[in-house]
This record gives sequence, structure tokens and C-alpha cells, in this order.
Amino acid sequence: MPSTFATPAVPAINVSLLGKQVTTGNTALTILRDVSFSVAAGEAVAVVGVSGSGKSTLLALMAGLDTPSTGNVHISGHDLFALNEDGRAALRGRTMGFVFQSFQLLASMTALENVLVPLELAGIEGGREKATALLQRVGLGERLTHYPKQLSGGEQQRVAIARAFVTSPSILLADEPTGNLDAATGAQIIDLMFELNRERSTTLVLVTHDESLSARCGRVIRLAGGMLQP
Amino acid sequence: MKLLHEMRMALRLLLRDFRAGELTLIAIAVIIAVAGVTTVGFFTDRVQLALNRQANQLLGADLVISNDRALPPEFTQEAQHRQLGVTQMLRFPSMAVRGDKNVLADIKVVAAGYPLRGEVRIADKLYGEDRRAPSIPAPGTVWVDERILSQLNVSIGEKISIGNKELDVAAVMTQEPDAAIGFINAGPRVMVNQADLAATGLVQTGSRIRYRLQIAGSAEAVDAYRDWVAAKLQPGQRIEGIRDARPEIRSALERAEKFLNIAALVSVLLAAMAIAMAARRFLQRHLDACAMMRCLGASQGPLMRMYFVHFAVLGLVASAIGCAIGALAQQALAHWLGSVVAVDLPRASALPLLQGMVIGLALLLGFALPPIIALGRVPTMRVLRRDLGTPDGRGIAGYAFGYAIIAGMIFWKASDLRLGLFVVLGFTGAMLVAGALAWLLLKGVSGLRNSGISWRFGIANLRRQPLGTIVQVIALGLGLMALLTLTLIRNDLLHAWQTSLPPDAPNRFLVNIQNDQVAPLNAFFAGRNMAQPLMHPMIRGRLVKVNERNVSAADYADERAKRQIEREFNLSWAATVPKDNRITAGQWWDSTGTPREQYSMEDGIAQRLGVKLGDRLTFDIAGTPVSATVTSLRKVDWDSFNVNFFMIAPRGLLETQPVSYVTSFHLPPRNNELLNALIQQFPNLLVIDVAQVMAQVQKMMTQVSKAVQFVFLFTLLAGLVVFYAAIASTQDDRMQQAAVMRTLGASRAQLTRAHLAEFAVIGALAGLIAAAGASGLGYVLAVKVLNVSYNFSPLAWLAGVVCGSAGIAIAGYLGTRRVLATPPMRVLRELA
Repeated sequence: MPSTFATPAVPAINVSLLGKQVTTGNTALTILRDVSFSVAAGEAVAVVGVSGSGKSTLLALMAGLDTPSTGNVHISGHDLFALNEDGRAALRGRTMGFVFQSFQLLASMTALENVLVPLELAGIEGGREKATALLQRVGLGERLTHYPKQLSGGEQQRVAIARAFVTSPSILLADEPTGNLDAATGAQIIDLMFELNRERSTTLVLVTHDESLSARCGRVIRLAGGMLQP
Repeated sequence: MKLLHEMRMALRLLLRDFRAGELTLIAIAVIIAVAGVTTVGFFTDRVQLALNRQANQLLGADLVISNDRALPPEFTQEAQHRQLGVTQMLRFPSMAVRGDKNVLADIKVVAAGYPLRGEVRIADKLYGEDRRAPSIPAPGTVWVDERILSQLNVSIGEKISIGNKELDVAAVMTQEPDAAIGFINAGPRVMVNQADLAATGLVQTGSRIRYRLQIAGSAEAVDAYRDWVAAKLQPGQRIEGIRDARPEIRSALERAEKFLNIAALVSVLLAAMAIAMAARRFLQRHLDACAMMRCLGASQGPLMRMYFVHFAVLGLVASAIGCAIGALAQQALAHWLGSVVAVDLPRASALPLLQGMVIGLALLLGFALPPIIALGRVPTMRVLRRDLGTPDGRGIAGYAFGYAIIAGMIFWKASDLRLGLFVVLGFTGAMLVAGALAWLLLKGVSGLRNSGISWRFGIANLRRQPLGTIVQVIALGLGLMALLTLTLIRNDLLHAWQTSLPPDAPNRFLVNIQNDQVAPLNAFFAGRNMAQPLMHPMIRGRLVKVNERNVSAADYADERAKRQIEREFNLSWAATVPKDNRITAGQWWDSTGTPREQYSMEDGIAQRLGVKLGDRLTFDIAGTPVSATVTSLRKVDWDSFNVNFFMIAPRGLLETQPVSYVTSFHLPPRNNELLNALIQQFPNLLVIDVAQVMAQVQKMMTQVSKAVQFVFLFTLLAGLVVFYAAIASTQDDRMQQAAVMRTLGASRAQLTRAHLAEFAVIGALAGLIAAAGASGLGYVLAVKVLNVSYNFSPLAWLAGVVCGSAGIAIAGYLGTRRVLATPPMRVLRELA
């Protein structure tokens, strides 16, 4: 019997009627409203919109990093919010990789250790070679034992990319990955990400407000005021 | 103009920070610190006043001036002028006569106002229900004690004669406040109104009258009066406060004061820790804002000034709140304690409020200053590179200022150089050792990197900010150490007090037992199935020479030394060190007691008289000089109420001298029949009643124990704040990391294990340091400062390490639980 992961009919990500409200003081703020779309396996999708349009919230909800007010998200057919925090964390560890605007490396660990963390969390032994190879692949073969604060921004983001790919995730979620980098470094990072994405036929969801970047994706989803634009 | 602008800016910042909850922890630390210090301050202030006052009930006043001639009227006038309570009293021995019976009585002539402290209790018949006497005996009447009634065979309502005057016996006294001062009350007692004195015709030249002027009032006024009167004293005139009178009360009071002071010191120390931790966290959270402000054109100077004002205002407000809480807490405490002991706690002075404000401000500025300096020096680049890290604020050296403030405060609060030194050096040493150990630990755990992910993550966290971890370990270690130390010495102190007065402690002393009475007296006790009390030989002698040099009172500046030289010493002989005695220097003689010419001297009196080991002392014993060398010094536990001696010699030296015996025994309450039988069989014996003194001492100890427990609770609270502050100081980093781990797929259990590992290591290390430090410091404080024996407790080590790691792990777990329950995105955003 074929695995559900391989069935093309099941989208990698299915977002339906997703909504998010937050209440600060007496005012309720709607960040997302009735957002629905699907991403097929292997597809590259850019989520664009101005600041505050709800892009990052949408990405966080797709990863189960936050909980929605309404609607749900299915990852390869699994109802994300039917799981508890731990279940979502386990699912993330198995199927998703992340690249953040602010890198979010663990400052207490070396570059190699940072890359190793997802493998170790998933209980996968002997990932050292794989992590080393990945770091070499992103051009940091000489910096394995360096701590994040000894690396430049671009180098830190490369470590983050290696970390995102180390578990061979089926989905890569990237939130403004070049937002904290200069144009030249950003371009290198993007090239690297798309290369790895192609090599591994990962599903990519990229949040950006950079139109040139979104043009490199197969599809563009536009958000404005928390709603999907046609 | 610019300064004003900065001030306004600082206030605005303060308000914003406060609204954002950035100052909550730091404010709570200051508030609890100040509240703790002021409560302890108020409380020790009031309890010390109350204890002194209660002790003074034994004296019947706060101060007594006595002489064997009438005291100058200016003493009374000055006291009245100073709004002090004052009353005159005379005491002399005289015969009390009824029919053919007579007895040598101790006559006490009192005037209106007597007693100024404590109460006289009287009953209408022998062994009847007693009550507080509303006044003094009416003119023409006397109050007598039970011995007069039984020895003169007289009843209430009948008459006795004192001198030329016949007086009605109106009541029997069951309690007098000044009954047992300085072992002078020998005979049965008669209390007479001053109005009847002239009619007795007993006041004549050559009468053995002791005039006593009793003074009472507020502590400051009494002290001031004491100073005034001390300058005017003529030879023979003497000041007595309670501390001059009874060594057992003095030592109990001094210990209590010292312990309360130590407790106050410890709360200051803990407060400092908490504030240092909270300020560190504040620094970390404000680096970005400062970098931004510097980017926007703020230069170092104004930025630092602004934060200085910011903290100063915060310190003022938080200290004021702390003072208010302290004032309320001590009110509640006074109320609670007031119902436990029937003593009115005097009003507290305002001094603790001032102290609280000063301490709050000094602590906050002392420990916030390094962060302020660090904030001023934040690299502007941090705006672009958040990971540029924390400027060190001149590192550990930045805390030197805070350290100096703490040390100064300790000396101030200890008001005792030795105590202050012990605490400062003890904590400094512990701090250094703690720092070194923490550093070694960080080195050591690097080797554990290949273990499981949770453990590794936890350990990695420790290494991330070595300075932060070291500071955290020091703070937790010292906090725990302070608590353990206090627990240990509190137990020793309470134990010492509880065991010092067992229920069957001797309450009567028998003095003047002659050689040939020893055997019959033993038979007397044996015949009543009572344990035979130990008979101590007693020889009276005057100290005349120290190292062949004649000594007199004029050689000494100290009042108590002068008095001791003028008086006769009680000497005794013994083969072995008496119980309640501990040799502190030199050596006790061997069982043969050779050589004969040796003295063992009580160390307190030796110190007072400047006598050292090896000095040769000569006593004039009934005209015979007896010389010997001081070969040992003893510490005597006066609280035991057993018979003890300043001077002891081997048997051979004193045996040929005129000797009488002294002993003490426990007279069961209400067994006056035994006393009467004793006096009838041995009329020459002097019976000294110390039951009242003991009751007072016991009452005081109960009160002090309660106070000690309460103050200890407060210190405990301060300790918990330190724990919380220490954990919170690294909380943000930990939450950020946990959120990232969560994103990467970490389960709740994995994160919990990681946090537990981290905290358990910190806690175990802190506990180890605490146990080591507490054992050492506890020993020094107990033995050197409080003079109680120290019970080394291996449990302390276990408790330190286990409670340290478990307690801190649990506290840390509770503190980081939120991160596990909150969606990671929210945590990442919150900290971004």
C-alpha cells in the first residue's frame, strides 16, 4: 500500500479557513481571516504582502508554532491542531525545516552542534557526518567549531540553512531569510536555499516582501489585511 | 535646562519600564529587602527595649544608684527634671520582733511609686491567692514574706515591732521585683512605708543602711541620665543596671541581640544578592534600547546619568514601600508577640525607617551601578548585531562598589567589630571559593558534551555565559549558606537555651554552711528523699597582688573591675573541671593536684582584670597571703544556675584556710515547709532564692526564641527572593533557546530534562558551597560570637546539596514551565 506521503492527491500543506485574533487590552485585532489554500508536494510558494499583513503569523500557524483562533492546517494529511504541543513538535521535527529572519541559532552551541540538534532531538544517532557534510555544502567546512557570535550574519544564516535541511524535511519554511542580510549576502543565501530545495525536492514556503525573490517561486500568495488577495 | 530634560526623560523611562513590567522584579527585590531589614530593625529595636525592660523588672527599675549614705537630692531633681520616673528606697538589716520571738529581717523602706518596673504581689493569707499590689503598704502597716510569718509565728492582722515602732502585718508578699539582686537578700523580708521610718528610730549614725535611688524611663533618657550621673559619682556611690547584676541574664541578652543582629545582617546580604541578580537582568533587557538611544544621538554621559536618576527614583519609591511594609509587619508581630508574653512592647523608634531608606538606596545603587555603567557603554553596533553580547560593566570589579557598601553596612548593623569581621570575611571567603568552584565546574562539564541531548543542552546553557553562571552560583550558594548557617546556629542557640535551664535546675542557693554542718545537711536531704546536693568549698579572699605588684581599684578604669577588686573573691578547690566549665587556655591540673600553687580563673574576669596565663596572683585570705600561678582559664556557663567560682585552686593550696560550703538545690514549688524546717535546723544558713531570676530568664528566653524564629522566617523569605531573582536573571535566554528547540521538534519532556539538568547542577554546586560555608561560618559564629557549643551536623551537607539541587531544580522548573505551555512563536516574539 502506498504511503500517504507519496500520494500526489494529498497536498503537502492544506490551509483551510484559517483565522487569528489577538486581544490587547480592550481591542481585538484580527491578524488573519479565513485564509485557505493548498501547497502541493515539491511546490515552491512565496507568501508576500506589506508589513503587518499577517505573513509571519500565517507561516507560524502552518508550522504549528502558534495556535489559530479558527480553521485548521493539514500537513501531508495530518491535522496539525488535533495534536498537542508535543505532537506538533514531533511532527515539525520529522517533516519541517526552518529558516528565520533572525537566524535563531543556539548561542551555547557550536555551528556543528547547532546543525546536530534536530537529529539529536529526533533520536537519530551518528548524524555527525551528515551535519559536517551539510556545513561543508553551505561553505562552512572550516567553521564547524565556531560559536554563533564568532560568525557573520550571512554565515549564521548558512548554519541555519544547514540545520533546516539536516533532517531531510519534506517541507522548508522560511521567514524573510534575507531580511537581516545585505543584498549580496542575501542573494547568496537565496541561491543556496533554492539549490538545496531543488536537490532534495522539498516543498518550500517562503515569506518575503521582496518581489524579485517571490518571482523565483512557482506561485505567489498575496496577503493584505490578513486576507488572501486574488 | 539640559539636566532638567534628562530628569524628565529618566522619569518617563521609569514609568514606561514600570508599565512594561521590566522593573517588577527589581522593585520586589528592593521592597522585600527593605521590608525585611526594617522589620528586623524595628523588631530588634523594640524587643531589645522590651527585653531590657523585662530584665529590669528584676531590678525594680531601669537604673539604680546606691550608696551607704543618703544620696544627694540633685540626683532626684535631675531625674525629675528629665521626666524620668524616680523613687527612693532604703534597705537595712534589723530585728523583727513579736513577743519573745525575733528574727533578723531585711527591712525595705519604700516610697510612693515603688516599684518602677515589675510588680509586687501580695496575698491576704499564707499560701492564699495572690494579686498585684495596687500601691505600697499603708502607713502603720507592713508587708512581710512567708518566712516572717512562720519564724515569728504571726498571722495577717497581728502586729510586729521594727525598732521602736509597732506595725500591722497587712499582707504576705509572694513576689518582689528586686528580691534577688546580687545575692544580698539574706534574711526574711519586711516592706515598710517611708512615713514610718522616722518612728522606728533605726536611722542613726553607724546604721548599715543602703540607700537606693530607682530610676525608670525611655531607654534614651535613662542612658542620658546614666551618663550624667556617672560623671558626678562620689566614692562608694554605685550605678546598677540589670546587666551589671546578673551574669546569666547578661549573657542571654547579649546572645539574643547578637543573633538578631546576625539575622538582620543576613537579610541585608540576601537583599544585595537579589538586587544584583535583578539588576543584571534589567541590564540584559535594556541593552537594545540603549544601543538604539546611542544610535539616535545619546552620548554616554547623559545616558548614564539618566539611568542613574531612573534607579535613584526607583530606589526611593521601592524603599518607601518596603519601609511601610516593615512598619506594618512589626506592628502585627508586636501584637502577636504581645499576646505570647505579657510585656508591653515599647514603641519603636523611627530610626529603622531611616535605616531602611538608606539601605534600600545604597543597595540598589551599589548593585545597579555596574549595569548602569554597562548600559552607558553599550556598543552602538548592537543595533545591527544583537549578538554582540553584553558589555561587562567592568566585570566583577563593577561589584566592588556594591561589596564595599555591603561591608560598610555589615559593620554598621553589627556594631561589633569582631562580629562584622567574621561575617564579612566569612562571606567574602565563601564568595571567592564559590566563584572558583563554579569556574572549575564550567571547565569540568565541558567534558560531558557527548552525553544525551537534554543533558548537553542544559550544560551548554551553563557555559554560554560563564560570568552569568558564576554569579548565579555565588548568589544561590551564599543565599543557601546564609539560610543554613542561621538554621544551624539557631538550633544551637535554642538548644543551648532550652538545656541551660532544665525544670529541676537549682532554684535555691545555700551559703555559709560550716564544716561540721556538711554531714547533717546531707542527712537532712537524704531524710527527705532528695538528691544530696554537691557541697562546694568556699574561701573568701581579696586580690592584693598581681605578679608581686600591689593592686587596688585605682589601677583599673573599668567600673566592674574596680568593684571586683574592692570586693572579696569567692575561691574554691576542685580536683576535676566542674561541669558548666570549659578550659579555654592553659591546662587543668592532674589528678594529684601538683604542683599545689595553681589557680584556674574564669576567663571573663581575667580579661576584665587584665590577668594572663602565667601571672602570679596573691589573695589575702583572712590575713594570710596565698600566692599561685594562673595555669588555666575557664569559660563558665553562668546560665546553668549551678554554683560556680571565678577562682579555683587544687585541693592542697586552700584546704588549710577558713572554709565554708555552698550548694544549690531544687526546691519544688510550694514546698516552703522544707525551707522552714531547713532554717529551723540550720539557723545560720543563708538561703538565696533564685527562682524569680530563673523564671524571668526563662520568660525572656521564650520571648527571644520566638523573636529568633520570626526573624528567621523573614530571612527565609529573602532567601526565596534571591532564588527567584537568580533564576529569573537568565530566564530570557533560556526561554528563547527553549522556543527555538521547540521549533526544531523538541518535546516537552526533553526540554524539561534539559532545564532540570541545568538547574540541578547549579543547585548541587550552590548547595555544596552553602554546606561548606555554613559549617565553617556556623562554627565561628556559635563558638566565637554567641558562645554556645556548636554541634557539627553532617546533615547540613546533605541538606545543602539535596535541598540545593532539588529546590533550585524545582524553582527553575516552575519558572520555565511557562515556556513549555506557550506556543513557541509567542515566546520568540515576546523576546524579539
